[in-house]
Amino acid sequence: MAFLSIQHATKTFAQSSAVEDFNLEIEKGELVSFLGPSGCGKTTTLRMVAGFEVPTSGRIELNGVNITKQAPNQRNVGMVFQAYALFPNMTVADNVGFGLKVGKKPKEEIQKRTAEMLGLIRMPQLGDRYPYQLSGGQQQRVALARALAIQPQVLLLDEPLSALDAKIRVDLRSEIRRIQQTLGITTIYVTHDQEEALSISDRIVVMSAGRMEQVGTPFEIYNFPKTAFVASFVGTLNQLRCTVVDSGQGKLTFDGQTFVATAPIRAANGASVVAALRPEELHFGKYDGENQLTGKVEAVTFLGGIVRVRMVLGQSQITLDALNERKLTLPKVGDMQMVSFPAHACWVMAEN
Amino acid sequence: MSTQAPSAPPPGERIRAVRTFTRRAFPLWSWLWFILGALYFILPLYATLDFSLRMERDTLGLKAYAVAFADPGFARTFGYSVLLAVITILVSILLVVPTAYWIRLRLPEARRIVEFITLLPFVIPAIILVFGMIRIYSSPVNLPFTDIRLLAPLTTSKFGTNVLIVAGYIVLGLPYMYRSVDTGMRTVDVRTLTEAAQSLGANWLTIMARVVLPNVRTALLSGALLTFAIVVGEVVLASYLGLPTFGPYLFLLGQHRAYEPAALTFTTFLLTWAAMGIIQLVTGGQGQVAGAH
Repeated sequence: MAFLSIQHATKTFAQSSAVEDFNLEIEKGELVSFLGPSGCGKTTTLRMVAGFEVPTSGRIELNGVNITKQAPNQRNVGMVFQAYALFPNMTVADNVGFGLKVGKKPKEEIQKRTAEMLGLIRMPQLGDRYPYQLSGGQQQRVALARALAIQPQVLLLDEPLSALDAKIRVDLRSEIRRIQQTLGITTIYVTHDQEEALSISDRIVVMSAGRMEQVGTPFEIYNFPKTAFVASFVGTLNQLRCTVVDSGQGKLTFDGQTFVATAPIRAANGASVVAALRPEELHFGKYDGENQLTGKVEAVTFLGGIVRVRMVLGQSQITLDALNERKLTLPKVGDMQMVSFPAHACWVMAEN
Repeated sequence: MSTQAPSAPPPGERIRAVRTFTRRAFPLWSWLWFILGALYFILPLYATLDFSLRMERDTLGLKAYAVAFADPGFARTFGYSVLLAVITILVSILLVVPTAYWIRLRLPEARRIVEFITLLPFVIPAIILVFGMIRIYSSPVNLPFTDIRLLAPLTTSKFGTNVLIVAGYIVLGLPYMYRSVDTGMRTVDVRTLTEAAQSLGANWLTIMARVVLPNVRTALLSGALLTFAIVVGEVVLASYLGLPTFGPYLFLLGQHRAYEPAALTFTTFLLTWAAMGIIQLVTGGQGQVAGAH
């Protein structure tokens, strides 16, 4: 039995269904992200685990105990909110110690644990500040320390970095991962940012319109997306509408150009299918044993570490990501260019 | 100055330069309207003060104040009004804080209805309120279509009349109290704070006492101050219910005397300002907290 088990959880708000048949087993110490666009049900699912929403049907078990209808203040679950939600009338130390005070712990223990938590978030000197005297990133660290101070069974993070600047977001997410691994705490992390989910998680649950699309490790989710939604939501994806020439060989054609994708293709010869290809799998020039396509350069975007090139091939568009190098010669808009990719990089997506 | 021709600044720079210039230019019209507005409030006040100091011919003095304060009627009616104000404020807080909190938390769809109800005193004059109250509560109130008595007539007893006037004052103060409390709760996002406290194990009582009330303190105080000002100066309800409060006393005094009412008006004005000053002092730090969000 998993440490946290969500079984057939469903939540309906006045006729419209927010979460449909959600099933997930989370092991102790695991960090699982719920990833999806806004309104996909990820936050509602998290709030059901926190106890702020009661599932319309289904069951949630934590450490073998059925908590489906338990009040939020009985669950011993730590929660971090997007808007920090620090108590403005209390100092940092009082915020961190609040849960322990409410739990009627002895004063020495509260002080000791508060100091320990402030050390963990690397803010040992700021205990007597008020929230309004802190930056957004610092406030969110305090919120994290406050949630962890009560030694919760599960840590729930609801888009904790959405309100922060890009630079702080990257720093704080590795900080969250470090703390989570140090304490070995079971964590659910809700985000709409795929990069965040990919970088921080042991496993990712991709959600769309209240349904689970796919559950897997970041590597699986990115490289082996099971649905068209996952493929297009996580990362950038080229999608080419092609006609099957030889399904057994994986041979496809579009706009007069022929190439080979991962074989076999589960479609009849002559059928129209969508071939998918990540931009980083494409490269300029001719490589032996690989597919070659020719197109016209439409836009070149320099992003620092990578160069993103958009090309037009007949009726279709593709995007190519090249790693930046100092010796690189950037293609010019209007140039005709040949691009190559191996057959295994391209797959035919199942039609929904 | 360098003789070198300055290179043209990029467009953004130029805009910034123009903006800085406008900001530094003297905002003539803003100041003019501000001064006119200020005079509109200050001149009558100054006239009242000046008049109140001229009870003795050809000298400025505090005689009007001495005479007014010496009248036992002043202390009696003012004290009575303050007591009514304090009771009104306490009952209002007990009524408004949980209501506003519950609407923020669980019943957001009810906000428009409640806001409408709290604004009714602006639409329905106090005279209509008091006539309605007298008409209903001067005879016993029965359960509709039965002989089961719910309430004895309120206007016939002293206690009953006091209950009526406090109830009336609560209604008159509702727009101010509800709005300031509701705004205070929105500013601190009381809903998320409640959830944060809940997840840390707090029960409703703890959340109310340690999280909600301390964070809406400033809002409560400003609502309370406005209610206080309304109750102390109120004439209509008190006159028609026949209660000896400060409002009717000042009104009667104004019909017989010239200088004392001016002195008392100015005094109550000062008291109100002192109360505001106290609120500023007490909530100096807290106000900033709310502002930081």
